[in-house]
Amino acid sequence: MTWVLIAIIVASTSVGEVLQAIGMRRHGEICDFRPGALGRAASTLARNAVVIGSVVAMAVSFFAYLGLLSFSDLSFAVPVTAVTYVVETVLAKYVLKERVNWLRWVGAALVLCGVALVSL
Amino acid sequence: MTPETARLRTKTWICAVIVVLTQVFGNFFLKRGMPADLPSALDYITVLFRPWVALGVTLLVVWLLSRMTLLSWADLSYVLPVTSLGYVLVAFLGRWLLDERITSKRWAGIFLIVAGVSLVGCRSAPQTWKSGARS
Repeated sequence: MTWVLIAIIVASTSVGEVLQAIGMRRHGEICDFRPGALGRAASTLARNAVVIGSVVAMAVSFFAYLGLLSFSDLSFAVPVTAVTYVVETVLAKYVLKERVNWLRWVGAALVLCGVALVSL
Repeated sequence: MTPETARLRTKTWICAVIVVLTQVFGNFFLKRGMPADLPSALDYITVLFRPWVALGVTLLVVWLLSRMTLLSWADLSYVLPVTSLGYVLVAFLGRWLLDERITSKRWAGIFLIVAGVSLVGCRSAPQTWKSGARS
Protein backbone atom coordinates (compact mmCIF):
# COMPACT_ATOMS: atom_id res chain seq x y z
CA MET A 1 0.00 0.00 0.00
CA THR A 2 2.79 2.41 0.94
CA TRP A 3 4.59 1.93 -2.38
CA VAL A 4 1.38 2.14 -4.46
CA LEU A 5 0.63 5.50 -2.84
CA ILE A 6 4.22 6.64 -3.43
CA ALA A 7 3.97 5.65 -7.13
CA ILE A 8 0.72 7.63 -7.49
CA ILE A 9 2.28 10.62 -5.71
CA VAL A 10 5.42 10.60 -7.89
CA ALA A 11 3.52 10.27 -11.19
CA SER A 12 0.87 12.90 -10.43
CA THR A 13 3.37 15.37 -8.91
CA SER A 14 5.70 15.17 -11.92
CA VAL A 15 2.89 15.65 -14.44
CA GLY A 16 1.32 18.42 -12.33
CA GLU A 17 4.52 20.40 -11.85
CA VAL A 18 5.60 20.20 -15.49
CA LEU A 19 2.11 21.37 -16.57
CA GLN A 20 2.38 24.16 -13.97
CA ALA A 21 5.71 25.29 -15.43
CA ILE A 22 4.30 25.20 -18.99
CA GLY A 23 1.22 27.18 -17.93
CA MET A 24 3.20 29.83 -16.04
CA ARG A 25 5.70 30.21 -18.85
CA ARG A 26 2.90 30.85 -21.32
CA HIS A 27 1.49 33.44 -18.91
CA GLY A 28 4.83 35.23 -18.65
CA GLU A 29 6.85 36.71 -15.79
CA ILE A 30 4.84 38.19 -12.91
CA CYS A 31 6.38 41.64 -12.29
CA ASP A 32 3.58 43.57 -10.59
CA PHE A 33 3.02 42.44 -6.99
CA ARG A 34 0.24 44.88 -6.07
CA PRO A 35 -2.90 43.03 -4.87
CA GLY A 36 -5.05 44.15 -7.82
CA ALA A 37 -2.51 43.02 -10.39
CA LEU A 38 -2.03 39.69 -8.59
CA GLY A 39 -5.80 39.21 -8.56
CA ARG A 40 -5.99 39.86 -12.30
CA ALA A 41 -3.13 37.42 -12.94
CA ALA A 42 -4.93 34.82 -10.77
CA SER A 43 -8.18 35.21 -12.69
CA THR A 44 -6.36 34.86 -16.04
CA LEU A 45 -4.57 31.76 -14.75
CA ALA A 46 -7.79 30.23 -13.42
CA ARG A 47 -9.04 30.09 -17.01
CA ASN A 48 -5.82 28.60 -18.39
CA ALA A 49 -6.46 24.93 -19.31
CA VAL A 50 -2.85 23.85 -18.66
CA VAL A 51 -2.90 25.43 -15.18
CA ILE A 52 -6.26 23.75 -14.43
CA GLY A 53 -4.79 20.40 -15.52
CA SER A 54 -1.80 20.94 -13.25
CA VAL A 55 -4.03 21.74 -10.27
CA VAL A 56 -6.07 18.55 -10.90
CA ALA A 57 -2.88 16.43 -11.03
CA MET A 58 -1.59 18.08 -7.86
CA ALA A 59 -4.90 17.50 -6.09
CA VAL A 60 -4.58 13.77 -6.87
CA SER A 61 -1.06 13.87 -5.49
CA PHE A 62 -2.24 15.76 -2.39
CA PHE A 63 -4.91 13.22 -1.43
CA ALA A 64 -2.54 10.30 -2.04
CA TYR A 65 -0.07 12.16 0.19
CA LEU A 66 -2.69 12.62 2.92
CA GLY A 67 -3.26 8.87 2.82
CA LEU A 68 0.46 8.20 3.14
CA LEU A 69 0.89 10.69 6.00
CA SER A 70 -1.86 9.04 8.01
CA PHE A 71 0.30 5.95 8.65
CA SER A 72 3.93 6.97 8.09
CA ASP A 73 6.42 9.36 9.67
CA LEU A 74 6.61 12.88 8.27
CA SER A 75 10.38 12.48 7.95
CA PHE A 76 9.78 9.39 5.77
CA ALA A 77 6.77 10.59 3.76
CA VAL A 78 8.16 13.95 2.65
CA PRO A 79 11.61 12.85 1.47
CA VAL A 80 10.60 9.64 -0.27
CA THR A 81 8.43 11.56 -2.70
CA ALA A 82 11.53 13.40 -3.91
CA VAL A 83 12.13 10.77 -6.59
CA THR A 84 10.20 13.37 -8.58
CA TYR A 85 13.40 15.47 -8.70
CA VAL A 86 15.08 13.25 -11.24
CA VAL A 87 11.88 12.56 -13.20
CA GLU A 88 11.15 16.28 -13.38
CA THR A 89 14.70 17.33 -14.26
CA VAL A 90 14.56 14.93 -17.23
CA LEU A 91 11.15 16.35 -18.20
CA ALA A 92 12.50 19.92 -17.79
CA LYS A 93 15.23 19.17 -20.31
CA TYR A 94 13.14 17.34 -22.93
CA VAL A 95 9.66 18.82 -22.50
CA LEU A 96 10.41 22.37 -21.27
CA LYS A 97 13.67 22.63 -23.30
CA GLU A 98 15.59 24.09 -20.36
CA ARG A 99 19.36 24.09 -20.55
CA VAL A 100 20.15 21.66 -17.77
CA ASN A 101 23.90 22.09 -17.24
CA TRP A 102 26.08 19.69 -15.27
CA LEU A 103 25.62 21.70 -12.05
CA ARG A 104 21.89 21.07 -12.17
CA TRP A 105 22.29 17.35 -12.93
CA VAL A 106 24.75 17.00 -10.05
CA GLY A 107 22.44 19.06 -7.81
CA ALA A 108 19.40 16.91 -8.65
CA ALA A 109 21.45 13.72 -8.16
CA LEU A 110 22.74 14.93 -4.76
CA VAL A 111 19.22 15.79 -3.65
CA LEU A 112 17.98 12.35 -4.76
CA CYS A 113 20.81 10.53 -2.91
CA GLY A 114 20.18 12.70 0.15
CA VAL A 115 16.49 11.91 0.04
CA ALA A 116 17.20 8.18 -0.34
CA LEU A 117 19.47 8.28 2.71
CA VAL A 118 16.96 10.23 4.76
CA SER A 119 14.18 7.76 4.04
CA LEU A 120 16.06 4.43 4.37
CA MET B 1 26.32 40.63 -12.96
CA THR B 2 24.09 43.03 -14.91
CA PRO B 3 21.29 44.93 -13.06
CA GLU B 4 18.76 42.67 -14.81
CA THR B 5 20.30 39.42 -13.53
CA ALA B 6 20.77 40.94 -10.05
CA ARG B 7 17.09 41.98 -9.99
CA LEU B 8 15.98 38.53 -11.14
CA ARG B 9 18.17 36.83 -8.54
CA THR B 10 16.87 38.93 -5.62
CA LYS B 11 13.28 38.40 -6.68
CA THR B 12 13.95 34.66 -7.10
CA TRP B 13 15.44 34.31 -3.61
CA ILE B 14 12.62 36.22 -1.88
CA CYS B 15 10.02 34.12 -3.64
CA ALA B 16 11.96 30.87 -2.96
CA VAL B 17 12.07 31.64 0.79
CA ILE B 18 8.27 32.05 0.84
CA VAL B 19 7.87 28.79 -1.14
CA VAL B 20 10.10 26.86 1.29
CA LEU B 21 8.57 28.24 4.51
CA THR B 22 4.94 27.74 3.46
CA GLN B 23 5.73 24.18 2.32
CA VAL B 24 7.53 23.25 5.53
CA PHE B 25 4.96 24.69 7.93
CA GLY B 26 2.06 23.51 5.77
CA ASN B 27 3.34 19.92 5.92
CA PHE B 28 4.10 20.23 9.61
CA PHE B 29 0.60 21.38 10.58
CA LEU B 30 -0.91 18.75 8.28
CA LYS B 31 0.95 15.97 10.08
CA ARG B 32 0.11 17.48 13.46
CA GLY B 33 -3.59 17.41 12.71
CA MET B 34 -3.76 13.99 11.01
CA PRO B 35 -5.54 11.19 12.89
CA ALA B 36 -3.83 7.77 13.13
CA ASP B 37 -5.67 6.39 10.10
CA LEU B 38 -8.32 7.23 7.53
CA PRO B 39 -10.65 4.22 7.23
CA SER B 40 -13.19 5.50 4.70
CA ALA B 41 -13.20 7.83 1.68
CA LEU B 42 -15.43 10.30 3.55
CA ASP B 43 -12.73 10.66 6.25
CA TYR B 44 -10.46 12.19 3.61
CA ILE B 45 -12.94 15.08 3.34
CA THR B 46 -13.92 15.51 7.00
CA VAL B 47 -10.28 15.56 8.07
CA LEU B 48 -9.90 18.84 6.12
CA PHE B 49 -12.08 20.58 8.73
CA ARG B 50 -9.80 19.81 11.66
CA PRO B 51 -8.14 23.12 12.69
CA TRP B 52 -4.49 22.02 12.28
CA VAL B 53 -5.22 20.30 8.97
CA ALA B 54 -7.11 23.39 7.74
CA LEU B 55 -4.16 25.61 8.70
CA GLY B 56 -1.78 23.21 6.91
CA VAL B 57 -3.95 23.22 3.81
CA THR B 58 -4.14 27.05 3.83
CA LEU B 59 -0.35 27.28 3.98
CA LEU B 60 -0.04 24.72 1.17
CA VAL B 61 -2.38 26.86 -0.96
CA VAL B 62 -0.06 29.84 -0.40
CA TRP B 63 2.81 27.47 -1.26
CA LEU B 64 1.15 26.51 -4.55
CA LEU B 65 0.50 30.15 -5.51
CA SER B 66 3.99 31.37 -4.58
CA ARG B 67 5.53 28.45 -6.45
CA MET B 68 3.47 29.29 -9.55
CA THR B 69 4.68 32.89 -9.28
CA LEU B 70 8.28 31.69 -9.05
CA LEU B 71 7.82 29.39 -12.04
CA SER B 72 6.51 32.29 -14.13
CA TRP B 73 10.13 33.36 -14.59
CA ALA B 74 12.45 30.71 -13.16
CA ASP B 75 13.40 27.32 -14.67
CA LEU B 76 11.78 24.19 -13.24
CA SER B 77 15.23 22.55 -13.10
CA TYR B 78 16.35 25.49 -10.90
CA VAL B 79 13.26 25.75 -8.70
CA LEU B 80 13.27 22.02 -7.87
CA PRO B 81 16.68 21.71 -6.18
CA VAL B 82 16.56 25.15 -4.55
CA THR B 83 13.19 24.60 -2.91
CA SER B 84 14.33 21.15 -1.70
CA LEU B 85 15.86 22.97 1.26
CA GLY B 86 12.39 22.46 2.71
CA TYR B 87 13.18 18.75 3.22
CA VAL B 88 15.97 19.68 5.61
CA LEU B 89 13.73 22.01 7.62
CA VAL B 90 11.01 19.34 7.73
CA ALA B 91 13.47 16.85 9.22
CA PHE B 92 14.43 19.34 11.95
CA LEU B 93 10.81 20.22 12.71
CA GLY B 94 9.98 16.50 12.90
CA ARG B 95 12.78 16.10 15.43
CA TRP B 96 12.08 19.13 17.59
CA LEU B 97 8.32 19.23 17.63
CA LEU B 98 7.06 15.73 16.78
CA ASP B 99 9.86 13.82 18.57
CA GLU B 100 10.85 11.89 15.47
CA ARG B 101 14.43 10.63 15.49
CA ILE B 102 17.16 11.83 13.09
CA THR B 103 19.55 8.92 12.58
CA SER B 104 23.11 9.29 11.27
CA LYS B 105 21.88 8.13 7.84
CA ARG B 106 19.35 10.94 7.87
CA TRP B 107 22.04 13.46 8.85
CA ALA B 108 24.12 12.27 5.86
CA GLY B 109 21.07 12.65 3.61
CA ILE B 110 20.44 16.16 4.92
CA PHE B 111 24.05 17.06 4.17
CA LEU B 112 23.76 15.81 0.56
CA ILE B 113 20.52 17.77 0.02
CA VAL B 114 22.12 20.98 1.31
CA ALA B 115 25.14 20.35 -0.97
CA GLY B 116 22.84 19.88 -3.98
CA VAL B 117 20.87 23.02 -3.17
CA SER B 118 23.91 25.24 -2.75
CA LEU B 119 25.45 23.91 -5.98
CA VAL B 120 22.39 24.87 -8.03
CA GLY B 121 21.24 27.89 -6.03
CA CYS B 122 24.52 29.74 -5.80
CA ARG B 123 26.25 28.79 -9.02
CA SER B 124 23.51 28.66 -11.62
CA ALA B 125 21.31 31.40 -13.15
CA PRO B 126 17.59 31.02 -12.34
CA GLN B 127 16.52 31.33 -15.97
CA THR B 128 17.94 29.69 -19.10
CA TRP B 129 14.99 29.12 -21.39
CA LYS B 130 14.60 32.73 -22.51
CA SER B 131 18.20 33.13 -23.63
CA GLY B 132 18.04 29.57 -25.00
CA ALA B 133 15.08 30.52 -27.18
CA ARG B 134 16.91 33.52 -28.63
CA SER B 135 20.04 31.67 -29.67
